[in-house]
Amino acid sequence: MRGAIGAALAGLFQLALAFPSQGGELVRVKITDLAFSPAEITVHPGDTIEWVNEDFIDHTATETSETWDVGIPAEKSAQLQFTRAGSFSYFCRIHPGMTGTVHVIAK
Amino acid sequence: MLRFPMIGLVAGLMLSTAIAAASDKPSDPQIAHIAYTAGDLDIKAAKLALEKSKKETVRAFANDMVRDHSAVNDKALALVKKLNVTPEDNDTSKALVKQAEEKNAELTKLTGEAFDKAYVDNEVAYHKTVNEALKTTLIPSTGNAELKSLLETGLKIFEGHLQHAEMLAHGSHK
Repeated sequence: MRGAIGAALAGLFQLALAFPSQGGELVRVKITDLAFSPAEITVHPGDTIEWVNEDFIDHTATETSETWDVGIPAEKSAQLQFTRAGSFSYFCRIHPGMTGTVHVIAK
Repeated sequence: MLRFPMIGLVAGLMLSTAIAAASDKPSDPQIAHIAYTAGDLDIKAAKLALEKSKKETVRAFANDMVRDHSAVNDKALALVKKLNVTPEDNDTSKALVKQAEEKNAELTKLTGEAFDKAYVDNEVAYHKTVNEALKTTLIPSTGNAELKSLLETGLKIFEGHLQHAEMLAHGSHK
């Protein structure tokens, strides 16, 4: 059930990505050797984070309470737009030692 | 109550013994064979879980194991081909296979929650033991730099699997 909700929410985020708001910036977070880099990042509402997975295995960027869950296939990238302010801790569901934080602050 | 943790503990001890046998500085072709075999056995266990388990989190974990270990083993095969090395079967690999077959036979008899618990407990024990063997025996014994690097990456991946399995075992991963 929870997975279905997470998938639905992720779907909504992806839908938002299809119609990005004006003025948002694209900010990249690299995944190398099972680590998010930078692990902590600050963006603004409307910005989009692109996780670039340089590893040969799949990862996820999953918010701690699973309100969003982004699959990032091996050697591919995935994006998520952040529309509201807040701090979001996330991890990789497959390799839970991989963690990161996104701070979304108003301009 | 103690039965399933004991199964994991016993499996871990048996596996430790098997891998300890490799402590006489195995060669690179033997190390490649042991590492590939360990991954392949975990893929087989995961496939059994996918046949038997109906629990979403256990099935997701098993799918992760199939995908990750297949990716690592594909890298290993490509590397040994590039290095023109033929992985060499050895007593440790044989012992791993024998113990996995015994574990598989135990798991096959179980169903439902009993299976899920036994599978996850064994994944915890198995990854602990394999990771320890990588750290203390296999990686330090590896001569080729590329093989060593792949094993080091593998260790990071498998440490992630151990954390994931422990979260499942403790019920903290929904």
